[in-house]
Amino acid sequence: MSADAAELRALTQEFLAAHPPASTPREEFLRARFDAGLAWVHYPQGLGGLDAPRSLQAVVDAELTAAGAPDNDPRRNGIGLGMAAPTILRYGTEEQKKRFLKPLWTGEEVWCQLFSEPGAGSDLAALGTRAVLDGGTWTVDGQKVWTSGAHNARFAILIARTEPDVPKHKGITYFVCDMTDPGVDVRPLRQITGEAEFNEVFLTGVKIPDAHRLGEIGDGWKVAQTTLNNERVAIGGARIPREGGLIGLAAKTWRERPELRTQDLHQRLVKLWVEAEVARLTGERTRQQLVAGQPGPEGAGMKLGFARLNQEISGLEVELLGEEGLLYDDWTLRRPELVDFEGREAGYRYLRAKGNSIEGGTSEILLNIVAERVLGLPPEPRTDKDVAWKDLSR
Amino acid sequence: MSHQPDLLYTEEEEALRSAVRDLLADHCDAATVQTRAESDEPHDRALWKNLAESMGLAGLLVPEERGGQGATHREAAVVLEELGRAVAPVPYLTSAVVATEALLACEGEEAATLLAALASGRTVGALAVPLSDRAPRDEWGVRADAAALTGAVTGVADAAAADVFLVPTADGLFAVDAGAPGVTVTPQTSLDRTRPLAAVAFDGAAGRLLAPTAAPAVRRALRAGAGLLVSEQLGLSEWLLTETVRYTRERNQFNRPVGSFQALKHRLAQLWLETVNLKAAARGAADALAAGSEDADIAVAVAQAYAAPVAVHAAEEALQLHGGIGMTWEHPIHLYLKRAKADSIALGTAGRHREELAELVELWAP
Repeated sequence: MSADAAELRALTQEFLAAHPPASTPREEFLRARFDAGLAWVHYPQGLGGLDAPRSLQAVVDAELTAAGAPDNDPRRNGIGLGMAAPTILRYGTEEQKKRFLKPLWTGEEVWCQLFSEPGAGSDLAALGTRAVLDGGTWTVDGQKVWTSGAHNARFAILIARTEPDVPKHKGITYFVCDMTDPGVDVRPLRQITGEAEFNEVFLTGVKIPDAHRLGEIGDGWKVAQTTLNNERVAIGGARIPREGGLIGLAAKTWRERPELRTQDLHQRLVKLWVEAEVARLTGERTRQQLVAGQPGPEGAGMKLGFARLNQEISGLEVELLGEEGLLYDDWTLRRPELVDFEGREAGYRYLRAKGNSIEGGTSEILLNIVAERVLGLPPEPRTDKDVAWKDLSR
Repeated sequence: MSHQPDLLYTEEEEALRSAVRDLLADHCDAATVQTRAESDEPHDRALWKNLAESMGLAGLLVPEERGGQGATHREAAVVLEELGRAVAPVPYLTSAVVATEALLACEGEEAATLLAALASGRTVGALAVPLSDRAPRDEWGVRADAAALTGAVTGVADAAAADVFLVPTADGLFAVDAGAPGVTVTPQTSLDRTRPLAAVAFDGAAGRLLAPTAAPAVRRALRAGAGLLVSEQLGLSEWLLTETVRYTRERNQFNRPVGSFQALKHRLAQLWLETVNLKAAARGAADALAAGSEDADIAVAVAQAYAAPVAVHAAEEALQLHGGIGMTWEHPIHLYLKRAKADSIALGTAGRHREELAELVELWAP
């Protein structure tokens, strides 16, 4: 263990002694952990961190887990932690960082992301939600879609068009939107699974003070890149055991239900097992590269691989179940806080996994990104590059 | 899982890679490989001398006290990546890996002497089993009467370059000198002429006993061979991808580089994903073998089941995306396609490795 790791371990133990998890209320514990710089150690001092190497967070987390400390339920506020926080850290003013980061980290304020629009999905920069500045206040009108967690969120990161007369990537500005503003109307968007994880969000005369702008006016696309890059890093970053994820569920059914086995299913199952194990090794290799300070482009491929595997494995699982595969667990309209693959049955997994190749960047767009940024192949011809947004056909 | 694999390359491994790559750049360009493949002497003995004797690579898997370099499968894997990248016509996999591993499983004076000879690179060894074999057989093609061997084996890789054969029989594993009376090596016309096959016949040839039962040595040899073949397949795939990306950036059609067409970009991006996965699988297998991990059987089966289709896919995509030139004799892609396809059968097909894996991880067949 390095000297830094040993120091951090000692610091964590001191913190635990001062705030025994068993007798400290959860929120109080989390706030104190933030103040001690043990929330995300690579963040600056005073903002939940200690300016330490990012890899040392694992040392802190291991100590806290061993002591039975409560965590901040990171999955519940994935967008806040994974996307809003790094963007605020990079582009926010000191005041914004002080106001937003702590309740974001403790989970007291959940965040959502108002990016996608009905007319702007993969072509995100084509977005049409307008923001107009009058005095010190912006007025926002438009519609967003696929907003997960909007019904629970206190704040949103929002991109809106502020200059329609320049090409589409240039006239965008990035804001923090207060979801309690009376002009924000959140409506559930029911999906093929029957549940509504996502929302449509209608913005009508929403007021945003200029102090809640992130970055310069018209620089929103650049700011959004930070958010989007972090989104892709967040996917597939965790260490998983062999047979973790969906392949484990299919393998379990295979082992427990010999009467379901056929030659064809066996061939396909073992092939997918191999692919899942290799994808897991690639994830592990990517993680080892990050820890060793040699980040490679492999992360860009992880989401593509998992999307395809999840779809193939869940499809196989439904077939494996045969007659039972014709049934579905529950079509009730629910509002889940998390995507819970393992808490539902095979039919749900099959339907929900269809979204894996769409959400967070479609597989087709990600393949373009790999081809252009990793392999250096020439870009697609661009016909919208020098055309003002207002003159584009839609 | 008992073993957490280290999937990266160390600085020493990268230095080894550079040294091998430099040597191959100077002495093993595609034109040289082509010319040699068409000649009566398909193996590049000068290159082998450089790699094995001057650089000491033949002895990587052999401990120093037994006459080798005392390195591990991780380093041998790096060498095989580079040899694959160059489709180098040298008996590295067959002599420095498969035959060497068989000898490492044997005790006694005879095996020790031979092991040191193979490690020095001055002697080339070949395990006398078909290249397609995955596991020890129930019956061997050669029988031993006292120490006189009689019988025949076909499809033995690099037999033409071998100085000594390691011959499994029901009465043990024997060493037979290739030049001994009663030994006949007949070259076969091979799909992959850079790793040529031959039939080896023994007619009362004198054998020296290496081990009283052949199966453990053969099993160990074929497992290490299969595990490290993955690194060769990785090297082939990386070369094919790199060359095809370069070509599609330069080749214009319809007034645009063909690499700007989305239909091609997606195929190349897909190939990149497969190659990245292959690298993790190859490192996983090499590391598990190096560590002597309990996980090695699974790691090798996973890597082999994954590698063969990827390397063949890379070669087939490279050929198609090069258009007509990819179909010609003058362009080196065919050397890679032939090697990749032969590798997909060598040391067990992907299907055989999947069957074995299913048993290992208890995904029982119906």
